[in-house]
Amino acid sequence: MPFTRLIARLDIKGPNLIKGIHLEGLRVIGDPQEFARRYYEDGADELIYMDVVASLYGRNSLTDIVRRVTEDVFIPMTVGGGIRSCDDVREMLLSGADKIAINTAAIGNPALISEIARRFGSQCIVLSIEAKRKTGGGWECFTDNGREHTGRDVVEWAREGIERGAGEILLTSVDREGTRSGFDVELVRAVSDAVEAPVIASGGMGSFAHLAEVVTDGHADAVAMADILHYGRATISALREAARAANLDVRRVDG
Amino acid sequence: MAEARDVTVVDYGIGNLLSVARALEHAGARVTLSGAAAEIERSARVVLPGVGAFGRAMEVLRAQGLADAVIRFAQTGRPLLGICLGMQILFEESEEFGRHTGLGLVPGKVVAIPKIGGDGAPVKLPHVGWCPVRPPAGHDWRDTILDGAPEATAFYFVHWYEAAPARADDLIGETEYHRLSIPAVVQRDGIAGTQFHPEKSGPAGLRLLARFLSM
Repeated sequence: MPFTRLIARLDIKGPNLIKGIHLEGLRVIGDPQEFARRYYEDGADELIYMDVVASLYGRNSLTDIVRRVTEDVFIPMTVGGGIRSCDDVREMLLSGADKIAINTAAIGNPALISEIARRFGSQCIVLSIEAKRKTGGGWECFTDNGREHTGRDVVEWAREGIERGAGEILLTSVDREGTRSGFDVELVRAVSDAVEAPVIASGGMGSFAHLAEVVTDGHADAVAMADILHYGRATISALREAARAANLDVRRVDG
Repeated sequence: MAEARDVTVVDYGIGNLLSVARALEHAGARVTLSGAAAEIERSARVVLPGVGAFGRAMEVLRAQGLADAVIRFAQTGRPLLGICLGMQILFEESEEFGRHTGLGLVPGKVVAIPKIGGDGAPVKLPHVGWCPVRPPAGHDWRDTILDGAPEATAFYFVHWYEAAPARADDLIGETEYHRLSIPAVVQRDGIAGTQFHPEKSGPAGLRLLARFLSM
């Protein structure tokens, strides 16, 4: 079976790599190109770029960033934020993205998922879900960095998205995002067990133990990490080594 | 005559060539994107990329006169590398969405990955992700595009169909999925093909491209 993937997630605002807490209170971290190159050289399996304000302004500033990064990063790249149409998808793919992630536009028009799948293949579409715990149990889907309610149940929406043709799910816990307190393992397991497609766990990674837990107990196929890498609290190579030592099935990187 | 490190990437309007071109450049190539039959035929080496459906790709290649150009190029013995769908169209035929004839440069067929694995479980498709590639029993990678790669080196795959060579000798690398053997690399003389994407497989992929450039 394919290896469990270690993914570096880069949230972007304008030209900058940024990081927030609960997807808000954004702070500038630096030049995304520099960070992307470092993560690639350190053995990341994949990169995810999210333009965190694109939905708000109705445009995405990532094409130039992605086009530039293809010069020295040679791993799959997923790009999301503000994608509304097949034309947007096409532009991203031509810029060097391998997959696109959609959230807001898919919630507003679920048929868009099938449309993109038919035209570009389901391997191109990652359904991005921003999940918050409901007081009565379960999770609700949000958009616009966890600000807008959708009324949709996360597990139901994940199932529907895959049925409509999404190839993968990027599952971000808004509650945990930026808190370093660990993934919402229960959420990740609920979604992973409900769909056949791979699930990328995102939001909350503070230590290697959190990674091991969300893979082993949460059944995550991939783990996205952001501030633990951006602030240098861990490196991909050290996490990979720890994962191998713990018998997690991650790729061996040869030099 | 073109120089040794010159590569022509066949541009037939299908898929994104940017990543392939950039990876080849990084591996030391001087890259020309071309959809012109004459230019392809006189190239030092040719890369045939591709994503999407087999039938559509062949239709476009034929309509633009490029299918014959690639075949004539291959007959010169100069190096040819097919990537992903580009590997599959090197074969004689495919059963993806009906029956389609390929370039016929590698004997064998493109068939659907079985729906049930050797482990009895339903097989998830596409087969996507980083997977270790090994030589089939009795093979080694000396003098192939995998020469020098450690056994079980991981490469990045995304596909629904698999290309099964008719001659066992042509298969030099395979991976395993649901206890099924999936052909990963074929090579005979100057003609090679990878089911995975070397341009997305990090340093291991770049090294494979560099070996192609030194063929």
